[in-house]
Amino acid sequence: MTVSAATGPESHSYSQRRPTVVIEPTSGWAALELGELWKYRDLLLILAGRDVKLRYKQTALGVAWVVMQPLVAAAIFTVMFGRFAHLPSDGHPYIVFVFAGVVIWNYFAAILQRAGNSLISDSRLITKVYFPRLAIPLASTFSALLDLTVSLVVLGAMLAFFSIAPTWRLLTLPLFVLLAAVAATGVSLWLSALNVRYRDFVHAMPFLLQVWMFASPVAYATTLVPEKWRLVYALNPAVAFIEGTRWAVLGSSSVTAPMVVQAAGLSLVIFLGGAFFFRRVERSFADSV
Amino acid sequence: MSATAITATRLSKSYRIARALVRQPYRTLQEEVIALPRTLWKRAWGQSEKLETFWALEDVSFEVGEGEVIGIIGRNGAGKSTLLKILSRITEPTRGRAEIFGRVGALLEVGTGFHPELTGRENIYLSGAILGMRRSEITRRFEEIVSFAEVEQFIDTPTKRYSTGMYTRLAFAVAAHLEPEILIVDEVLAVGDAAFQKRCLGKMEDVAGQGRTVLFVSHNTQAVRQLCTRCILLEHGRVVADGETDETLATYNERLRTLRIDAETGINNPENRRGSGAVRFTGVSVEDLSGEERYNFRMGETVRFRLSYQVNEPMRGVAMVIALRSGLSREMMTTVRHVVTTEPVTAGSRGTVIIDLPEVYIRPGEYPLYLHISESVATKTNYDVLDDLTPPLVIAPGGRQLHGNFDPAQPVGVFSLPSRMTIVDPAAVPEAASSVRDRASRVTA
Repeated sequence: MTVSAATGPESHSYSQRRPTVVIEPTSGWAALELGELWKYRDLLLILAGRDVKLRYKQTALGVAWVVMQPLVAAAIFTVMFGRFAHLPSDGHPYIVFVFAGVVIWNYFAAILQRAGNSLISDSRLITKVYFPRLAIPLASTFSALLDLTVSLVVLGAMLAFFSIAPTWRLLTLPLFVLLAAVAATGVSLWLSALNVRYRDFVHAMPFLLQVWMFASPVAYATTLVPEKWRLVYALNPAVAFIEGTRWAVLGSSSVTAPMVVQAAGLSLVIFLGGAFFFRRVERSFADSV
Repeated sequence: MSATAITATRLSKSYRIARALVRQPYRTLQEEVIALPRTLWKRAWGQSEKLETFWALEDVSFEVGEGEVIGIIGRNGAGKSTLLKILSRITEPTRGRAEIFGRVGALLEVGTGFHPELTGRENIYLSGAILGMRRSEITRRFEEIVSFAEVEQFIDTPTKRYSTGMYTRLAFAVAAHLEPEILIVDEVLAVGDAAFQKRCLGKMEDVAGQGRTVLFVSHNTQAVRQLCTRCILLEHGRVVADGETDETLATYNERLRTLRIDAETGINNPENRRGSGAVRFTGVSVEDLSGEERYNFRMGETVRFRLSYQVNEPMRGVAMVIALRSGLSREMMTTVRHVVTTEPVTAGSRGTVIIDLPEVYIRPGEYPLYLHISESVATKTNYDVLDDLTPPLVIAPGGRQLHGNFDPAQPVGVFSLPSRMTIVDPAAVPEAASSVRDRASRVTA
């Protein structure tokens, strides 16, 4: 479907007699219609807000879950990999080193988890109302930000406890968060769209996330990987944003500029490809969801 | 008509359905992988999969002027909802084109996007945003919405604690304050109590009165008559009539009458042909005592139903129920279960019965019919229903013609028992009326 650019939900003037909306069959690749998405930005944020509110309604521990999950994971990794296996942690206390990785990884994983099934769980909306369908998986990207923020506060406390002073590099943290968001959203656009057609992806998701986590330097350091293979290893965009986060927060890590550039480029390709793929298949969502 | 609000040109929508009608709408990857060699083989040899193309909508063209209130009617499965879904951009047409001038508000159900765990306040924002309102717009109208819904006290209570009535009121209130230039409404009135339905109609009349365009889909002929000046009748996805409401409704009823009701009619339509198929109505005729088929009766006449059926699977007895519904989907009158037999019946047996409603003293109006046949013991599966598959029964005033039409929102009764008046002081009666008095020894109130 095509929408003439001039008017939208807010416009009340149609004196020039140009149709507000032209409804026609479309085929092939469609434009992203970012303008349309922008008009519905309030919906995007309200959907994200709904996710956040619903997540911790009727839970006894509430937001404590946000804190506990990464802490427990980090503690286990510290004991297993740090104490027993004596893996290197680039000179940082192992728990802080792992926790920084877990925090950013959880953000990535949360987006994927929520977005993957989002179109199915919101099928009532898709079959009953028009709005840019991209708003649904994108809302997950925003709703996961709350958990990330809470975890970052805990990470701050941990840094204070170990008296690790922040450096100027901390200012680059938002960039690595953005990198994680773009990579995760890109993948989730593919998965959520495919999931409408093939429900297999619901089952594949936990497995995919588990494998992906161990293929990423969450519980161990990239320095375990031989230097000449590191760029190949960093084809996994998670390597760059995890080590990048450590670099920003702890002041040093094995991340290199080529790794970041490579990950950013790759993530952007996945993201744009996902967005166009999503737009291409979304026209059949209401019929097949 | 001044300016155009909607132009539809040859809108068509097809769905691919596999021959087995219960084909699931999605496949698992595994199914696709397993089917892949076969699919490829068939494709290579030019045999495509035996999918039937089903046209839910075919070459539908019409124009709606600004400020028009148009009813779209038709039986279930005629393509009404598909048309609405295309016009509200939920799904794309397969062919054709539509141009829409103005902001569209589509109301395809009450409470779209509502989440039971969220509070009334949160749901107002959520539902409003989903319907296309900006946050600031919702904030501006918030008080209005809350007071229209009458839920002030419970606005911060999760809506799962609301009564059905409160929930529906709140959901409708949000939608009612959307203020679109073109309002598309689908059967929303099928929910809620009579008073609430009346209010919804009132709100829609307001919308129409403000010169906005309304597209109203319903098989509630009473509401359509009340609201719409023009009607479009759809049948099997095509426009078969487009004109003034009364004319189109007359065509609709005429076509319903000539419709062949047999074991196959609407068999794939779960909305108005339900049940397992163990028994099916094969013929329905509404007639008067002289045997003439008609659907228009005067108050006080006897309405005769001649019903034929066929048993397709062994059943434990046969029983039938007839109900007259109000235009708003609730039953006004339900007969007892007329038991044809309590003995087991075998597959292939057929039967015909006559059920009379003697001296029908119901207020004038249109009453859609609901016919139900089942086993004589209570059962959940072995039955057949004809729901809106016949024209509605029309009761016209009889006798002295002093009956207001039935209106579910008015506090007057539906039934008029036969009542008798004797005039004690003839001086109060003007000369001209005396002849009437002689004729009508029995008068209905």
